Amino acid sequence: MNAFLTVLRRDLLLAYRRRADVATTLFFFVIVVSLFPLGVGPEMDTLRTIAPGVVWVAALLASMLSLGRLFASDHADGTLEQMALAPQPLWLIVMAKVWAHWMVSGLPLALMAPVLGLQFDLPAQALAVLVVSLLLGTPVLSLIGAIGAALTLGLRGGGVLLSLLVLPLYIPVLIFGAGAVEATMTGIGAEGHLSLLGAFLILAFLATPFVAALALRIAME
Amino acid sequence: MMGINWFKYASPATFYPLAGRMIPWFYGLAAVFCVAGLYVSFFLAPTDATQGEAYRVIFIHVPAAWMSMFIYLVMAFWAGIGLAFNTRLSSMMAQALAPTGALFTFLALWTGALWGKPTWGTWWVWDARLTSELILLFLYMGYMSLTAAIDDPRRADKAGAILALVGAVNVPIIYFSVQWWNTLHQGASVSLTRAPSMAKVMLVGMLLMALAAWMYAIAAALSRVRLLILEREKNTTWVQALLERRS
Repeated sequence: MNAFLTVLRRDLLLAYRRRADVATTLFFFVIVVSLFPLGVGPEMDTLRTIAPGVVWVAALLASMLSLGRLFASDHADGTLEQMALAPQPLWLIVMAKVWAHWMVSGLPLALMAPVLGLQFDLPAQALAVLVVSLLLGTPVLSLIGAIGAALTLGLRGGGVLLSLLVLPLYIPVLIFGAGAVEATMTGIGAEGHLSLLGAFLILAFLATPFVAALALRIAME
Repeated sequence: MMGINWFKYASPATFYPLAGRMIPWFYGLAAVFCVAGLYVSFFLAPTDATQGEAYRVIFIHVPAAWMSMFIYLVMAFWAGIGLAFNTRLSSMMAQALAPTGALFTFLALWTGALWGKPTWGTWWVWDARLTSELILLFLYMGYMSLTAAIDDPRRADKAGAILALVGAVNVPIIYFSVQWWNTLHQGASVSLTRAPSMAKVMLVGMLLMALAAWMYAIAAALSRVRLLILEREKNTTWVQALLERRS
């Protein structure tokens, strides 16, 4: 537990020192979402129906773009190898790093989303569900993404490759994340979607740190 | 049973000639099944009452769709064996299967579109099966790009194996997600359910074509694995000896 907190604090401190990186991801998210009205046209009815999907796809892309930073700098300066040699299990360290990564990439997106939802004229209830769905879904994205980031560590064209590996695996989260908001707007109720997102979160939480740790060991052989 | 050496053919040096002997047989079987299947499907199978002649696409479409899913599982199986037992040949087998699997996935999508145009009046619908087949193609592409991007073959094997296994775990989740997503969006409804009772001769034609596709997949994967073996073992003495005998 001590190792977990130490790594978490270290990664958060590093992210704080490089605040611009966090801001870049967030602005990317805002810009992508804002492009859609320009492309689709300003009719509010159309925008309202596409809003959940647009916000969620933009969140997917934004959180994927920030994945490159998850292990890359630690790999470059050798810290990652020291972590792999540490007596503490590697999956615990991976979990701490993913958690820190989510706090600087997923969490800001979820907090920013209502503002963007207002641009698309989403009702208040749908905005609340949007935030909840992002809070449940973005940690899954970070957890699954950690596997992809570990697999592509130090490869040529790692960024594009990473998107190819990770995006198909993100699809269930996208379906139920955007579906939750849509279900609220059509009056079905979002409980089912949110429960499934929660289930994905638990599954990803239990399984992915081990897989990502294994992938890291392979990458560092 | 105790006397069998299970790992005899796990060595590339012994597997290479074995594969070479097996390939013509599997290609031959594929050709026989293919000719029989095509004969049944074009000359014996009757014209469908509702879909006309266009339904004959299923004789290639359904086997391709079956093989695309089956090959992914086999690929993940060999990749997992390679990861667990550190056997080089298993990982090579997984890599050799991927292009054939991707080919069948593409074929299933393509023939599906050709069938959909005359039957549904559209090339593509966001049906659950079509969508998950498309995602399967993405998974194959991801696997092949990852193994191609890593220069060190051992790392490529292991990284690919992890991705294939993660994908295999995800396939059912993706399938059910897409299915539920699709049922919630039944706006432009197109039903895929065919007539429940299929004429026996049609089923025979489809099964023959599926066997042909299966035999072809084995033969193609074995040919590819032979190339992979040669490429990776080019510095060993047995490959050098083989090359000298050839030249």
